[in-house]
Amino acid sequence: MIAELGHYALTLALGLALIQATMPIVGTRTNDPMLMSLAAPVALAQFIFVAIAFGALAECYVASDFSVLNVYENSNSAMPLIYRLTSVWGNHEGSMMLWVSILAFFGALVALFGNNLPLPLKANALAVQAWIAAAFHLFILTTSNPFLRIPDAPLEGRDLNPILQDPGLAFHPPMLYLGYVGFSIAFSFAIAALIEGRIDAAWARWVRPWVLGAWMCLTLGIAGGSYWAYYELGWGGFWFWDPVENASLMPWLAGTALLHSAVVMEKRAALKVWTILLAILAFSLSLIGTFLVRSGVLTSVHAFAVDPRRGIFILAILVFFIGGALALYAWRAPLLKQGGLFAPISREGALVFNNLFLTSACATVFVGTLYPLALEALTGEKISVGPPFYNSTFGPLFVPLMLVMPFGPLLGWKRGDIVSATQRLLAAALLALVALAAAFAFEHGGPVMAPFGVGIAVFVMMGAVTDIAERTMILRIPFNAVWHRAIGMPRSVWGTAFAHFGIGATLLGIVSVTAWGSEHIAAIKPGEVIDVSHYRLTFDGTFNRPGPNYSDVVGHFTVRRASGEIIGSMEPTRRTFPARNMATTEAALMTRGVSQLYVSLGDPDASGAVPVRLYFKPNVLLIWGGAFIMFLGGGLSLSDRRLRIGAPHPAKAKTALAPAE
Amino acid sequence: MTRKQRRLVLIGGSVGVLAVAVALMLNAFRGSIAFFNSPSDIAEKHLGPGTRIRLGGLVKDGSIVKSNDLRVRFEVTDGKSEIPVTYQGVLPDLFREGQGVVAEGAIDGAGVFDADTILAKHDETYMPKEVADALKKSGHWKDDYPQRAEAPVAGANK
Repeated sequence: MIAELGHYALTLALGLALIQATMPIVGTRTNDPMLMSLAAPVALAQFIFVAIAFGALAECYVASDFSVLNVYENSNSAMPLIYRLTSVWGNHEGSMMLWVSILAFFGALVALFGNNLPLPLKANALAVQAWIAAAFHLFILTTSNPFLRIPDAPLEGRDLNPILQDPGLAFHPPMLYLGYVGFSIAFSFAIAALIEGRIDAAWARWVRPWVLGAWMCLTLGIAGGSYWAYYELGWGGFWFWDPVENASLMPWLAGTALLHSAVVMEKRAALKVWTILLAILAFSLSLIGTFLVRSGVLTSVHAFAVDPRRGIFILAILVFFIGGALALYAWRAPLLKQGGLFAPISREGALVFNNLFLTSACATVFVGTLYPLALEALTGEKISVGPPFYNSTFGPLFVPLMLVMPFGPLLGWKRGDIVSATQRLLAAALLALVALAAAFAFEHGGPVMAPFGVGIAVFVMMGAVTDIAERTMILRIPFNAVWHRAIGMPRSVWGTAFAHFGIGATLLGIVSVTAWGSEHIAAIKPGEVIDVSHYRLTFDGTFNRPGPNYSDVVGHFTVRRASGEIIGSMEPTRRTFPARNMATTEAALMTRGVSQLYVSLGDPDASGAVPVRLYFKPNVLLIWGGAFIMFLGGGLSLSDRRLRIGAPHPAKAKTALAPAE
Repeated sequence: MTRKQRRLVLIGGSVGVLAVAVALMLNAFRGSIAFFNSPSDIAEKHLGPGTRIRLGGLVKDGSIVKSNDLRVRFEVTDGKSEIPVTYQGVLPDLFREGQGVVAEGAIDGAGVFDADTILAKHDETYMPKEVADALKKSGHWKDDYPQRAEAPVAGANK
């Protein structure tokens, strides 16, 4: 009954989405305020029905209703409640439900909080949002219905894929989807602006909080996914350049570029056409990401043949939205008026530089991810594009970006003074050089370039600190005055500094781990001792431990300093799930400052020796810590007074170039 | 600077960065791409030692020999040809005889495939797609290898 209710609610949501997709646009054409103001309540209603459908599916999972095929295939009554809930989105159908739920949620937010928007813009944006929603509702209902029943209900479910039974996965996909789908707002506003054929600086002010929110969620989602892979896959890697990961990185890069170009548009009314394009691209890449992960095309181009309707449906959605948006862009963008002028060396110039390199880096990831698919589809030749490709394309493009980043906030709008900016960055540059020299002196082994990486990372972090120090005039004026300046500064300035500091910290973590991480792989027997970095680990043996829907083989290690002092114990685990006859590796982590010791177990061999992997990961926590600081920076920026009190009324008819037909 | 000059700087800069990006990509494509081969392909193509490739097939029953230092030797077969593989390290959780496997590495002078990476997906029903395709090609595909696409790749690195 619950499942049928969900199915019915979803069908109704499709109907509402179709109304929301058409009526407001008719309203803007005929200048009918009635029809235009229809958009908001319908968007709310659509969200309510999608929420009911999602809630119904979740209820089927919580109640372990195995007569629902989707629940049977992905859940098990022995699973703890939290995993029964998270397995809602641990599969194709459920994750698409999550996708549309978030889409409808954002639509409802625009409907609720978009009171300061001009009515036609709000109506058009909500209509575009509904087009996307309708396409995905239709996709779910026709090809991926999660509410299908099995005639003879089985007694027990097949269990969720064990590696997905993890707290990391409870929050990773929703965060990622909040990011992906959040960009749909920027997309909808961009299309609405193109339909109207007019755009002004106020547009950027409305859109920026949404982009910022989406970007924050995406940042956290990517970092969470990376940390999950790090501890769950058992071999200590934090980024594999796997197509699934690239699928989330590409929208992040485009979204970061959009965030920065929207600043230029808001402050200086320049880069309008480019910002619109980035808004379209960021969401297009999110759609492509969804397509890559969800169509099965990554497992094989021929997975289309396994379930052709699904792949072709998503491909059709892609072609319609991306192709349609770009065609509309090509047609309408020339109508948009160019904005303010600026010298190459200026805040705007620095932001353009940022955009150029971010989009180029994004393009290399795009090519690396899709080239093998294209090649296989065209020639049948199978290739793999691995980390070396990205290291030698993405890496070099990021270096100039990092080097120029500290200059950006120190340059003035319109015309900057590079000499004065350089003088102010002298201290940061000196510190960076000291760090570089220290890295050379104290770390042996590792790539020669690594100390330079440390130098760049320190430069970026200190550059962010410099920006704040300069603005608060710290050490130059009395402390009280500094405090007042710090409090009085716009939050967005703090946000910028935090985000830039965060990326520096992440870079420092990545460089340290890749260059100076040490690993030790061996088959060991109880009583044996292994030295890793400055630590000495004694293997005490293994014991068994039962769990709710799994059983564990736990290895026990005693960790000592080189001096012999005991600092703790580590218990890496092999976890076997009988429902699927699968084993997973639960690595043991010991945090020392921002570094970690990492131990994972393999399958014991015939002689009783256990293969273990031991790693020392210096500064590894900075990778995700930096991402979290970026997230905080986004939050600070989002709390800026200008965004809270909302945008002023847009400039009047001056900017209206073309009538909206 | 005039408006025209500014625009020129902007366009010139963009084209420059794009050109650098394209050059980097072309250069990377030359050095860091591994082609997928089945044991039959290797036998047919007479690949020279040192060429980096991906090898896929089934782990031949009864061929796994484990020795000290986590050294493993096994044979990969596609039903037609087989090739010996050596690897040192911890094998992925689902590495088993009769199961599909993808190994990355190069053939040494003695015709042994020296793998530095072994990939296997975390699912007992999973068959790497390249392996499935290769088996279909050599006529050894059985319909009891269902495919599942949900699990992310896990692997073992040296």
